[in-house]
Amino acid sequence: MLAQAWQFLIAHPTQFVTALGVHIALSVAALTIAAGIAIPVGIVAAHRPRAAFAAINVANVGRTLPSLAVLALVMPLLGTGFLPSLFALSLLALPPILINTLVGIRGIDAEVVDAARGMGMTARGILAKIEWPLALPVIFAGLRTAAIQVISGAVLAAFIGGGGLGDFITAGIAMMAVPQLLVGAIPVTLLALGADYAFGALQRRITPRGLRAG
Amino acid sequence: MIEIAHLSKRFTASGPPAVDDLSLSIGEGEICVLIGPSGCGKTTTMRMINRMIEPDTGVIKIAGRDVTNINPVELRRSVGYVIQQVGLFPHMTIGENVATVPELLRWDSKRIAGRVDALLEQVDMDPTRYRDRYPRELSGGQKQRVGVARALAADPPVMLMDEPFGALDPITRAALQDEFLRLLYELRKTIVFVTHDIDEALKMGTRIAILRGGRLVQFDRPQAILAHPADPFVEAFVGDDRALKRLGLLNVGRFAVAGEPPAGAPAVDASQDLRDALSALLAANVDVAAVVDRQGATRGVITLPAIRAALA
Repeated sequence: MLAQAWQFLIAHPTQFVTALGVHIALSVAALTIAAGIAIPVGIVAAHRPRAAFAAINVANVGRTLPSLAVLALVMPLLGTGFLPSLFALSLLALPPILINTLVGIRGIDAEVVDAARGMGMTARGILAKIEWPLALPVIFAGLRTAAIQVISGAVLAAFIGGGGLGDFITAGIAMMAVPQLLVGAIPVTLLALGADYAFGALQRRITPRGLRAG
Repeated sequence: MIEIAHLSKRFTASGPPAVDDLSLSIGEGEICVLIGPSGCGKTTTMRMINRMIEPDTGVIKIAGRDVTNINPVELRRSVGYVIQQVGLFPHMTIGENVATVPELLRWDSKRIAGRVDALLEQVDMDPTRYRDRYPRELSGGQKQRVGVARALAADPPVMLMDEPFGALDPITRAALQDEFLRLLYELRKTIVFVTHDIDEALKMGTRIAILRGGRLVQFDRPQAILAHPADPFVEAFVGDDRALKRLGLLNVGRFAVAGEPPAGAPAVDASQDLRDALSALLAANVDVAAVVDRQGATRGVITLPAIRAALA
């Protein structure tokens, strides 16, 4: 079966490379956009208790929405294609990053921030020198979760014409053609595993030495 | 050095004030202990000195300057700050932690490095061993030593300490108290020291301010408070054993007289306090004890009548 899948792939090289490229582009772009929104919002909200409460609740609701539902709901609003898919995937990536940013910053020992303030650090200085380095491992864990979610969610972009490896999967299912399905499913799985591994390795690198266990 | 005039702070509109018309004058080089039961306003008062909390009314002046006229960030860089949980930055080394304020003040790196090492020496922590370690590798006592070093880094004239030794076990606490007193003997700092432990207050304070319900009840030297408590609250607060506490503040060497101790008399070190001497006399059921120096040589005697007279 794998051999047949391979045959299919080398028979449709441009199609595969395009799909792979679109899939990666969607994933990277969605993750970047979501991070670009969720991290600053999370940082601001972390310092305002009521905003933090609201943000966490919104994010929790967002987290429970099925990915396919979000993608499907985008269609009547924005149509089909790459951009609506990107929009939907960015929405999906927001909650884990936002929650982890909030938790990461609020989870810092209060006395550490108190000592920093009492010694004469400015709010900006505290954010840059204390809060950001200490929260970064948690934020990174959120990015890691979001990355996996986006890579898998991008498969569903096929349903709204977004392209990506999902095209092979949906076509494979529709036509009951397992080789075609595998040409979509296996690379997606490898992408997800690879991203998880890469983020995990990065996470270990950016954890401050003073915080590493053992 | 620190003038507090009619300081007040309320956290809730309806409840009692946290600090109520407090006025205090702290001289340079003094250790002013703020003590009182929970909720008496001692920590709130301390935190208004470096504007971590803003007063509602009243004036605080440091070296004649009204703190509200100084930028809070600049103010805090010129006032040492030590808190009970220490608050060392876990992602920075000990050296980097201690260097915090000098870095904020943009000292040049050589000066900072030299200062960090000197400070670690002063708090009895070998710089070569500890400079590059991380806070999580340290014990509670070591962490607080670093906390003190960090607060002293920019050589501020004033230091605020909020129950700095409260989280430590009694033995470590006593050791750090002694070390800190010794340290202050060499430096000339004005300290505001918050505690809820009357024994710590009596040991550390040049003068003690007893607070209750946000108000100042008594502000005087330890001996004076023990000998003449201002009201029943203070009496109860300092404890029923205040005569013994007074003895605890007096040194044997000061009250020893020349003379030969009788055979079998217990020995008391000249550096001990009269309470320990009294305890030794009672335990041996005698009236006279030998006073010895560190080498163990007899230097004189301490007698029960002398101990009584010390309290007169």
